[in-house]
Amino acid sequence: MTLLTTGNSIPKPIAAIPVLDNDRFRQEVLSQIGGGRRLLLLTVIPGPDKRLLAALADDAIGEIGLLSTVVADSYPALTPDCPAAHYFEREIQEQFGIRSESHPWLKPVRFPHGGAAIEETEFFKVAGAEVHEVAVGPVHAGVIEPGHFRFNCHGERVLHLEISLGYQHRGVEAAMRGSPHKRSIHLAETVAGDTSAGHATAYCQLIEALSDTECSPRAIALRVVALELERIANHIGDLGALAGDVGFLPAAAYCGRLRGDALNLTAQLCGSRLGRGWIRPGGVAHEPGAEALGELKTRLIDTERDMRNAVDLLWKSSSVRARFENTGILTRQTAVDLGIVGPPARASGIDRDCRRDFAGPAYRDYQPIIAVGESGDVFARAMQRWQEIDSSLGLLHRPLDDPGTGDTIAPMRALAPDHVVLSLVEGWRGEIVHLGITDAAGRLSHYKILDPSFRNWFGLAMAMRGQAISDFPLCNKSFNLSYCGHDL
Amino acid sequence: MFKALKARARQGYRTAAYPAEEPSLPSLFRGRPRFEADKCTAGCKRCVDLCPTDALRLTSIGPQLDLGRCIFCGECASACPEGAIEFTRDWRLAASARTELFLADDRQPHVEALRRELRRLLGRSLRLRQISAGGCNGCEAEVNALGNVVFDASRFGIDFVASPRHADGVLITGPITENMREATLRTYEAVAAPKLVIAAGACAISGGIFRGHPEVCDGVEALLPIDLYIPGCPPHPFTILDGLLRLLGRL
Repeated sequence: MTLLTTGNSIPKPIAAIPVLDNDRFRQEVLSQIGGGRRLLLLTVIPGPDKRLLAALADDAIGEIGLLSTVVADSYPALTPDCPAAHYFEREIQEQFGIRSESHPWLKPVRFPHGGAAIEETEFFKVAGAEVHEVAVGPVHAGVIEPGHFRFNCHGERVLHLEISLGYQHRGVEAAMRGSPHKRSIHLAETVAGDTSAGHATAYCQLIEALSDTECSPRAIALRVVALELERIANHIGDLGALAGDVGFLPAAAYCGRLRGDALNLTAQLCGSRLGRGWIRPGGVAHEPGAEALGELKTRLIDTERDMRNAVDLLWKSSSVRARFENTGILTRQTAVDLGIVGPPARASGIDRDCRRDFAGPAYRDYQPIIAVGESGDVFARAMQRWQEIDSSLGLLHRPLDDPGTGDTIAPMRALAPDHVVLSLVEGWRGEIVHLGITDAAGRLSHYKILDPSFRNWFGLAMAMRGQAISDFPLCNKSFNLSYCGHDL
Repeated sequence: MFKALKARARQGYRTAAYPAEEPSLPSLFRGRPRFEADKCTAGCKRCVDLCPTDALRLTSIGPQLDLGRCIFCGECASACPEGAIEFTRDWRLAASARTELFLADDRQPHVEALRRELRRLLGRSLRLRQISAGGCNGCEAEVNALGNVVFDASRFGIDFVASPRHADGVLITGPITENMREATLRTYEAVAAPKLVIAAGACAISGGIFRGHPEVCDGVEALLPIDLYIPGCPPHPFTILDGLLRLLGRL
């Protein structure tokens, strides 16, 4: 066996992961990818023997294959033959000091404490007459997270955009080590504040799998409510922001308000607009009762009507469509090569959604209708957001009408020692992956968080090639990626 | 055009009547905590042990909470067997002095309005440059919400501006990562004096859930003098608005 097969939230003993030599590992990863799997994750398992671990996903059958190789100071890079590995290999060099040979550029990803200074980094340079650079950030003009964008332009046209992040790096993964501890769930909720439910669910699913804890149908139903409300709130907010970026103020104002309405529905069930303090290991923290769920449904129907009205305005304005269409195209091939996930992948024609492909405990009984776009431009990404809102609104009826039975929270047990598990959740930005490895004492000795933004930032850079620099805010908002989720 | 007008009629007028009317907050909303120390059982420190940010400590008069560290998870209140801790729905949490944030009873933190000369200088407007420095984007999301039609901070003359050169002060969110230290200081320096510093959210006040990580500065305090503390994780938009209005002497 060259692969250990597992699935979403199915723990396996670490000892069962095959260890190949460096060359065979590389061949096997590439042949599996050639055979239709995709690179889900590439990381290093620390220890006396550092092991490079690859997780390869087969979306069609919901299977994850694991394989590893022991690495010393360097190994032959996967990137030249598997572009999706490029960012992981940069991260591995930065976190573990292991070089991937013949990687085109092992530039730091987050500039962690004690390494190269973030202010003194080098940028990719384009040479030539009339080529100029535009530097933006880390402090931006709006109320936005910090990041640096370096545009190489010829006139107004962007030849290359380099996105240099790390300003939000606050040591989340390191702090997760030793979990479960009293900060763990709160750290998970703050991986990305707008995805509190998504990352909290990923963490909870992970430790529930390791401790063989089963959540009640009611707890699962309420988690689905949390996740789908989060999706609706963020997508409708972004549609408003997209309208704002093209100067179409009516839809901007209405959608901005509607985002708040969706957040207030979340607060109705857990007290926090961002869903803090809701999802907890073993289930959810609050039992809303039938009356609150009924009221939520009534308010949701009202909100839905206003959303349809506001968004309809957007599609029927030719000035909006003219700005959205053919702007910032991410081709299907580029999206496949880079391993893009979530709405941007689907908007480029990739039929991939964890809720179906890796349903896991949360979505096993709640299957959404999955929309897939085609054109890969700002319009496709905007339309994708709307179709996902539409699908989520439909999906929400079931858990609200029939939230199932059982205790909202199940008692947690000890975690299985020396196991590895991957937990996948389709957050509103796309596929969230948490990887946990327990030590002999049943504590998480290694914790890896993969926000969809980690893969997708490069997709934005590619979508900007050949675009007018003035379209950057629009393209950027159509992706709306997370800085803190990337920086960790 | 007609479609837009029809939609306008359907969407209606949505701006909150605040401050003329109290904001309506959900029943589970976790606002200012209230303590009844006489209910405490001797020797019990369950709340202190559970607190993820070590915001609680036991004093001779009972539990004392540092609102600047609290992330409002409510776990202390749920765990207390005697009901000595309760999170009320009071959204007014801001304070102008750090010491005001230590709560042990049923007291609301105090905001001292700006000096009259400074208020005269500001006139009817307050322009702030926001610096996002290492948090989770939760506080930024709620600051952004101040711009939507419900909260509409600009009706009070409060706006967030694109350049520090145009600002009367900075509103900082996040624990200030090592990677954002330089950029934060340089943005502050670019604001013309006299200038205000507002620390919004548990991270900016104390480092919040990231306190003690080698990657962060544990908040603004070590770097800049602070004029207004706005607790929360994240603070509700009404909490931010209330703090700003009280600082301006408008409430």
